[in-house]
Amino acid sequence: MTESKVLSLNALSKRFGSVVANDAVSLDLHCGEVLALLGENGAGKTTLMNMLFGHYMPDGGSIDVASPDGEMQPLTLGHPQAALSAGIGMVHQHFTLAENLSALDNITLGSEPLFALRRDRAGARAKVQGIMDRTGLVAPLDTPVGKLSVGERQRVEILKALYRDARILVLDEPTAVLTPQEADTLFENIGAMTGDGLAVIFISHKLREVLAFSHRIAVLRHGTKVGEIATSDADERVIARMMVGEDTPVTQRDAMTPGAPVLTLSGINVRNPSGRDSLTDVNLTVHAHEILGIAGVSGNGQSALASVISGLRRPDSGSIHVDGDEILNPDPKTMIKAGVGRIPEDRHHDGIVGAMSVAENMVIERLDDPEVQTNGLMNRSAMAANAENLSQAYDVRGPGINARARLLSGGNIQKLILARVFEQGARLILANQPIRGLDMGAAAEVSRRLLEARAAGAGGLLISEDLDEILGLADRIMVIHDGQLTEVTSRNREDIGLKMAGEHT
Amino acid sequence: MIRIEPRTAPGRWMTLGVPVLSAVIALALAAIPLALAGADITVAYGEMVKGVFGSVFAFSEMLTRATPLMFTGLAAALAFRAKLWNIGAEGQLYLGAMAAVAIGAGAVDVPGIFLVPLIVILGAAAGAAGMAVPALLKTRFGADEVVTTLLLNFIILIFVQMMLEGALKDPMSLGWPQSAPVLDQGMLPQLMPRMRVHSGLILALVLAGIAQFMLARSVWGFRLRAVGENAAAARHAGIGVNRSLFGVAILSGGLAGLAGVSEVAGLKGYLTADLSPGFGYTGIVVAMLAGLSPVGVVISALFIASVFVGADSMSRAMGVSSYLADLVVSMSLLCVLIGGFVARYRITRTKTAEGVA
Repeated sequence: MTESKVLSLNALSKRFGSVVANDAVSLDLHCGEVLALLGENGAGKTTLMNMLFGHYMPDGGSIDVASPDGEMQPLTLGHPQAALSAGIGMVHQHFTLAENLSALDNITLGSEPLFALRRDRAGARAKVQGIMDRTGLVAPLDTPVGKLSVGERQRVEILKALYRDARILVLDEPTAVLTPQEADTLFENIGAMTGDGLAVIFISHKLREVLAFSHRIAVLRHGTKVGEIATSDADERVIARMMVGEDTPVTQRDAMTPGAPVLTLSGINVRNPSGRDSLTDVNLTVHAHEILGIAGVSGNGQSALASVISGLRRPDSGSIHVDGDEILNPDPKTMIKAGVGRIPEDRHHDGIVGAMSVAENMVIERLDDPEVQTNGLMNRSAMAANAENLSQAYDVRGPGINARARLLSGGNIQKLILARVFEQGARLILANQPIRGLDMGAAAEVSRRLLEARAAGAGGLLISEDLDEILGLADRIMVIHDGQLTEVTSRNREDIGLKMAGEHT
Repeated sequence: MIRIEPRTAPGRWMTLGVPVLSAVIALALAAIPLALAGADITVAYGEMVKGVFGSVFAFSEMLTRATPLMFTGLAAALAFRAKLWNIGAEGQLYLGAMAAVAIGAGAVDVPGIFLVPLIVILGAAAGAAGMAVPALLKTRFGADEVVTTLLLNFIILIFVQMMLEGALKDPMSLGWPQSAPVLDQGMLPQLMPRMRVHSGLILALVLAGIAQFMLARSVWGFRLRAVGENAAAARHAGIGVNRSLFGVAILSGGLAGLAGVSEVAGLKGYLTADLSPGFGYTGIVVAMLAGLSPVGVVISALFIASVFVGADSMSRAMGVSSYLADLVVSMSLLCVLIGGFVARYRITRTKTAEGVA
């Protein structure tokens, strides 16, 4: 690791209306360095990177980037093109690839002249091959991107940035979609790349990988940089305290004896014409006083499983029992009535009607309830009282119960959904990625509520891609891969990781 | 460089002010072609105002013109609230009108106290049936209702022409393709002596009031809004999305059918193939201008009827083309759409040249 500076952000500030997203944030990045950018959701990590990449215009501050010969030069702000030509590459969490084009075409897309008659494919291929040889980032170049695995697609994204001679690479939560093994491979590749002099900023909230793979850690909180620390001097407690400003409560899971089954799926099959997101002969049982964790890499049938239990998708075959009774015609209403509380994966899309009020969203699942309506008219005072109570009990903070639900922050939207689910005394709680994207406080609250419901006698089905979350909450663990479930008895990360990758050991 | 960022919360004055401002801007823009046509703008607009407010008769004519627009405006507003794009109000209007003459022109000869409600109910049912077909195609097979309702308009209009040459043709019409007149006792009562304004207006106002109340306060309205704003979340919460869509389709078609009933049994007395000068389509403009609010529909229908009636009278007085009315209506729609965008997004100019301090 050499000490020459390649990037400096000088007192960057950005406001959105009255919200200060970044307040005079300064950062330096050196050649060959891996800098981890940590912070809760809403701490301003993404805003900062968007300013670096020219998507946002800073309200104040400046950015200097080293030219190829090492001289620091000011970057023209607000122009992605300027950032690209200065050698800044960004790999977003959601890939920006054209699925019908080959990997090679995707890599060269955008860096070729628009009106050239001939394309120098051989030259491009040689250049990409050279990068692959140097860094170990290998992807099949002639396969359409649509057929590549998530890990391969990510490598294509990184290759695309390197092909454009990026000297600074920004990775936005790169491991969110990877198995632990794939993540390890990625960090090995990053190691090879930084050996070449590339500087990397990676945004993450997984403390474990940050500690294992970065050289330096910068922590943002409420839009300001609260600290910077060499990774060798840091441990999980120190960083967590920097992120939230206090010690985080550790979720305490007491041992409990499981009770009667509350959910049984037998021989569930779901076929999708595309072949993706299907289920093959899924059998599972969740008991009272028990949380069953479903681990797996996204896209292996989790959505299908959640849709079946939510009542959104009728399985092609198999049976569902809730609390001992068979559900013959599952639809969302039947499942709610049977006592299934659902925390959807995409809370904005499936969880709330953003244009309707907080109070309305709190009763949306029980419109037939005589407490909510009388003779077809909404009982407005009861609705308001209900909303006041739930907001208080579940600490839903926002502009008020009559404000549109979309004005709430992600954490508060999740608390609204929790209030709705737990208040109905659900027998089974389906929690699909309940913590993803939440800040630590809200995440702890979700965990606490899930464990509380478990203690009260409900069963929980926790679907998550975050192994730490599953290990922290689940009493039993099953792994979903390619639409099939396998129970794992070991709580060893390596074993579970191998199962997630589909290896039968 | 211009940047567009969403506003955090559109203010209340924005939702009220934008339509009004759009209407004013549209009128101002209409002055340009008016001036090109060689008219004195102040005189022209004076004639326009006089054409609406100049006399009781002028005002009653405006109300008469606004009545069908309120029905078709409500039809569009309710359907659009559920994101059901019913473009077929024009056809449903003709179905309602056909039912009115089929039942009212002598098929049953009962006293008015029975005949008028019968005509109203069957007319609404005919319109509802006309919208039930596309709704069924959408909920069952996923057929795009924009296409089906729009194309049905032409099919229905041709069907009307066929019926006017056949089964519904008035034998006393001397060969004109028009229906037999609705019986006297089947006509909707007039509201003022020697004026054409009729009790269809009262019906429209009452229905707008009911729609406003139901949308805001009833479980039905709750479901409708949830389906329209976020169908996925509504479905997830156990709301029958298809059922809600089908229900509002029936209502929307029924309201459009009432526009036909009111034109035939309130105003003309008989059916011709040129009964509606595009009331069904103008209803869409009315609904958009009203921000899809039922009470707003009443106000915007009055505004658009004023523009039409006022421009008619102006064109007669000044000798300019009455198509200027269409121009104002189209421009107010465009202005509202642009205004709606301005209300939701903040447009700022950023200086990029001196971005580096």
